[in-house]
Amino acid sequence: MGDTATEKPVQAGAAATAALLSIENLRVTFTGLSKPVTAVDGVDLALARGEVVALLGESGSGKSVTLRSILRLHAANKTRIEGRIHVDGVDVMALSPGELAQFRGKTVSMVFQEPMLALDPVYTVGQQIIEALRRHEPLSKTEARRRALALFEQVRIPSPDRRLDAYPHEMSGGMRQRAMIALALSCNPRVLLADEPTTALDATVQVQILLLLRDLQRQLGLAMIFVTHDISVAVEVADRVAVMYAGRIVEMGAVRDVVRRPRHPYTIGLLSTRAHGGKLAGTRLPAIPGSPPDLANLPPGCPYAPRCAHAADVCRAATPPPVTVAEGHVVRCARTDATASL
Amino acid sequence: MTPLLEVRGLEKRFTVKKGLFGGVRSYVSAVDGLDFDLHEGETLGVVGESGCGKSTTARLLLHLMKPTAGSIRFAGHAVGSPNLPLKEFRRQIQMVFQDSYASLNPRLTVEESIAFGPMVHGTARREAVPRAHALLDRVGLHPARFAGRFTHELSGGQRQRVNIARALAFRPRVLVLDEAVSALDKSVEAQVINLLLDLKEEFSLTYIVISHDLEVVRFMSSRVLVMYLGRVAELAPTETLYTQSRHPYTTALLGSLLSMDPDRRTEAAPISGDPPNPIDPPAGCRFHTRCPYAEAVCSRSAPVLTVEGAHAVACHRHNAASGSSGASQTEAV
Repeated sequence: MGDTATEKPVQAGAAATAALLSIENLRVTFTGLSKPVTAVDGVDLALARGEVVALLGESGSGKSVTLRSILRLHAANKTRIEGRIHVDGVDVMALSPGELAQFRGKTVSMVFQEPMLALDPVYTVGQQIIEALRRHEPLSKTEARRRALALFEQVRIPSPDRRLDAYPHEMSGGMRQRAMIALALSCNPRVLLADEPTTALDATVQVQILLLLRDLQRQLGLAMIFVTHDISVAVEVADRVAVMYAGRIVEMGAVRDVVRRPRHPYTIGLLSTRAHGGKLAGTRLPAIPGSPPDLANLPPGCPYAPRCAHAADVCRAATPPPVTVAEGHVVRCARTDATASL
Repeated sequence: MTPLLEVRGLEKRFTVKKGLFGGVRSYVSAVDGLDFDLHEGETLGVVGESGCGKSTTARLLLHLMKPTAGSIRFAGHAVGSPNLPLKEFRRQIQMVFQDSYASLNPRLTVEESIAFGPMVHGTARREAVPRAHALLDRVGLHPARFAGRFTHELSGGQRQRVNIARALAFRPRVLVLDEAVSALDKSVEAQVINLLLDLKEEFSLTYIVISHDLEVVRFMSSRVLVMYLGRVAELAPTETLYTQSRHPYTTALLGSLLSMDPDRRTEAAPISGDPPNPIDPPAGCRFHTRCPYAEAVCSRSAPVLTVEGAHAVACHRHNAASGSSGASQTEAV
């Protein structure tokens, strides 16, 4: 991509100094395909203690790939990961397999979108939590069960003692996601990664799980990265939002700034294209033209340029460097002059 | 005027085998006594959570499965009667599914996919193919570039456009859109919604829009039907439903919409728990286990759908004869 000279990490205000988690110039390339595909291309992100950042983007934007890199969940023989990831002073890229096993769940833990796939169908959820606890801490079975029960109460599962002995398929979708959260929190992690944890849930259940995650995050002082494609979910939980497009963060800032004063044309498009409120007869939604980019055939320059109403020659020539438009509000766009007045 | 579709007492029960050797049988009433009309030219939105029977209803409407009980009349005729043979009915009502990939034959080119149906129905190839090209052009896919492609060579948004063109190739009167835009990225979703709105006007279509996305349904529909565990909870003109909902479930569903305002975040969930398992639905009003207003009568008897003008609701609180203590103060809800 040849533009690394312009990729100085721009830190967002105070978060930089007290970073609990920092990602610098992360590049993830999948090499197992007929042609290598760079899914994440130069992501910088810093997360302070107790802070919640939402990674927002559409399918293929690199949000989940970024998240999974933090736990090194990608198959090592088919993935090339470059860049630096530090969590609480630990260099994640340098961890040995044994250290990595300790790191996963204990320092950084993850809640997945589909608990039915993430939980083991042949063990009860209680057994799975007890196993996780005893793997990381020297506990007797009785003590571990007591801890598991406390966790179930914490995630507000009704009749928790009985539910510990349930298999995943015996639980409803919302209950399974609560069990998944209990499992993720079992070893008191510092950082919780959530990958679309409410996307598969019904509307009335989604709200309950969002509120639960937000309450637990505050209570436990967790730092959290929340991956979502739904901007209204990001608004509910996050302090800051990072909008991703074609493997890059194109806009990052405090939720209020990004939602009320978006400056990247893609963010502006996403916000205006939402169907909300009643419509006047005959009205149409403002739509972003074109389709999401093909990562294997990215255009030179800004990957959003082919769909952008403000694209100029400068956009098609080179990838725009990050521009700070306000304190803690960074946009990767060469035409921020044009978007200021929108 | 005769409604385009009249649905009366529609029921669908599926058999579920319990026990290791299929000994014990139980039933899921996926759709349990559905009554509604669809009027020419309207867009009827259908909302509800997973397991409420929205998709089963769609499949029953298209006669993709046989109902256990109930009737569907189309333009005044019973489906399958001499005036309306099943094949002719199927031409008039078409469906676009959520999974754009699974609903297209991978061995057919885009052009063949669109022309295939009309040819089965007796249109000559020399007529069907040019029409397929015209439709491709109309849904925003350049025929010269796309007609010869296979479905795996298209993006999700392009495939859904092909599915729409294929449905229109029959010159139908009704289009059932079952979560047709749900799998698309937000930036593409808006394009497809706009296309559907344009096509509706151009071809004088009637739509049934099934979606879990309340905002999409509000934007597209003229009336909205709310389903809960196989039954109608509420049916009303869109803006009436969204601003003056009467059924506590509708109110909870609308209360689950997120605000998009960082200073007005949701502080409490409108209702707790998950939708109950449809294999063993609660007796009486099926919503009573999660309803904040539930009282004795709600677990005893199922509320009937009470119609007041264009607004129908199945809730004891809105039926003075039900004996519910809330029935008298209907308007205060």
